Amino acid sequence: MKLGYYPGCTLKTKAANLEKAAMASLDHLGVEYKELSRWNCCGAVFSLTDDDLIHQVAPVRNLIRAAQEGCDTVVTICSQCYNTLARANKLVRDDEEKRDTLNRFMDEEPDYNGEVEVVHYLSLLRDQVGWEKLREAVTNPLDGLKVAPFYGCTLVRPEEVAIDAVDQEILEGFIAALGADPAAFSAARECCGSYQMIAHPEEGMNRAAKVIGAANRSEADALILSCPMCEYNLGTRQGDVVAAHDGLSQVPTYYFTQLLGVALGLDPELCRLDLNGPAAQELFVDKNFIAAATV
Amino acid sequence: MDTATLTEEVAAKTIPIYIMGKRYEVPETLTIMKAMEHSGYQYIRGCGCRGGICGACATVYRKAGDYKIYTGLACQTVVEPEMYLTQIPFYPANRASYDFESAKPTAETIYELYPELFRCVACNSCTKVCPMDVEVLDYISALKRGDITAAAEISFDCIQCGLCASRCMGEMAQYHMAQVARRIQGGKIAPKAEHLEKMCGDIDAGTFTDVLEAAKVMTEDELKKVYTEREMEPHMGADEWAPASNHGLA
Amino acid sequence: MASIPSPIHPENLKAVNKIAELSGQNVHECMQCGTCSAVCPMVESMGFTTRMGIHYLQFGEIEPVIKAQIGEYCASCHTCVVRCPRGIDVPKVFEAVRQLVLRTNTDLIKPQEIPKDTMAEAPQIAFVSTFRKLTS
Repeated sequence: MKLGYYPGCTLKTKAANLEKAAMASLDHLGVEYKELSRWNCCGAVFSLTDDDLIHQVAPVRNLIRAAQEGCDTVVTICSQCYNTLARANKLVRDDEEKRDTLNRFMDEEPDYNGEVEVVHYLSLLRDQVGWEKLREAVTNPLDGLKVAPFYGCTLVRPEEVAIDAVDQEILEGFIAALGADPAAFSAARECCGSYQMIAHPEEGMNRAAKVIGAANRSEADALILSCPMCEYNLGTRQGDVVAAHDGLSQVPTYYFTQLLGVALGLDPELCRLDLNGPAAQELFVDKNFIAAATV
Repeated sequence: MDTATLTEEVAAKTIPIYIMGKRYEVPETLTIMKAMEHSGYQYIRGCGCRGGICGACATVYRKAGDYKIYTGLACQTVVEPEMYLTQIPFYPANRASYDFESAKPTAETIYELYPELFRCVACNSCTKVCPMDVEVLDYISALKRGDITAAAEISFDCIQCGLCASRCMGEMAQYHMAQVARRIQGGKIAPKAEHLEKMCGDIDAGTFTDVLEAAKVMTEDELKKVYTEREMEPHMGADEWAPASNHGLA
Repeated sequence: MASIPSPIHPENLKAVNKIAELSGQNVHECMQCGTCSAVCPMVESMGFTTRMGIHYLQFGEIEPVIKAQIGEYCASCHTCVVRCPRGIDVPKVFEAVRQLVLRTNTDLIKPQEIPKDTMAEAPQIAFVSTFRKLTS
């Protein structure tokens, strides 16, 4: 497998705490990959209108870049990027007429015929590494950490790109491999509010409140996220959400990759826990997963 | 007109071109700009340096029987037979006002000034239309992922002609965003040229006053002599060449 | 074969067909079970439920659906499509309604009105997705 890594716009700046630990963990686990040297924004959402092709150009152009760099598979961590790239790939593979039109439109690029496979980081971990090998590689097990696993929407819907079925519980398997304890969490596959936090902030916060409430009821110590949009709605804005809704309490949020980095014994500074707010670091210090809060 | 004085032997062969829908016969060696002037148009807009660098004379054209859109600078592009051309003197573009001194040296400055940056659909129409071969999509992508330095470097050759904005599906003015990036890169991110600051300091401190005062009273011949006899870096000098004397340069 | 008189006005039939063309979905397959509304995370913000929205569309009545802002509050979570017992791609249906508005060169939100500190703080995917869904 010649694995390319597609970061997406957000991971290089706003979601450094998602990316850094992720790539260092891949290195640590011996998974070879190459970050794509040239790529553009994938568009974040898959266009749902049958006659619209211009919004397929952005994701398909990235698959062309991956092919140009000799990759047969591209891995991405951002959930929205994963969903968009995977669905666009399927469209190109399934619809010959649209594929032809896209190739004609992008006449400045080589043709693309669906040669590249799109995978999400969690699928890669499960399929290329496996939970057993991951468990063996853990030197700093997250014992006693009760974790609410939040999948969000774009990793698991629609079925054509879902990284697991409901009964397969990929995130729970991942969490258990790290030594932590997955909580029964009713909102695991619900929506965080997505872009409604920007478009209609009050309604977005109402949605986020439901997820935080469910996390509170699950009695989890921490809420684990996989998507920068979810982290913004449930993490960065959590203070606002809790202030605006009665009966909620704050719960530290982490990206799943930060848990991975800490459990593998990687340098905590690399995991950028500082970007998650003070409560996140305090919890890990209390549980003895890290020695001290990083600056 | 030039052609009135040319004899048949030396006059360039003429070709038909269409300027804003009307057909003209113009000498085939002329640039679009010269061809339009040859045809009787007088530029009071959309014309500037005539040297390919100011970006005023962006032109859009098509060729007969060809659906593609071609662009070029009128002062640089030579006419072709059956060229259908029109000039774009200025394409309206959103330009945000901001205070440079207080602007943060990060991409967030651009996000606040130009939220429409995120309307880019990566159609690449901008790159295709650029007369300076700037990889516009690549710098917009760099801005979206927060890399001001890459955006500044990729957009370096931009001459602000506005053709990218004219074709943009997201209705962005890419070149204005890139200019903010270059200003931030040059003024706030790139390391300061310390030797330049020192040189200015030396000038203010009077290191070169004697040299300048002496030059002020030289005759033209004396000045020429001093100039031609100055120590110069050899034309094909080795990388390690250094001047024998710094003449007050520390 | 005798034709069955349709309760749908010919003008409205055009609208139904337009939705079908843009979404590739046949809204008449909906049996009005209401599961989509039950699972919709944004339904409380909409003027009426997604089920009612599909019902209106079955009659080619697009204006009420636009007024109810179903497409505007939809978060594209896709829970409706994985639960629909008829396998109707509900997100595509409401995307079609949204596009009918957007394609008249009408923005459903104004990028310039997003607070500056939100522009500086939120992740890039938030803006890319918002603008793709709600601006034309």
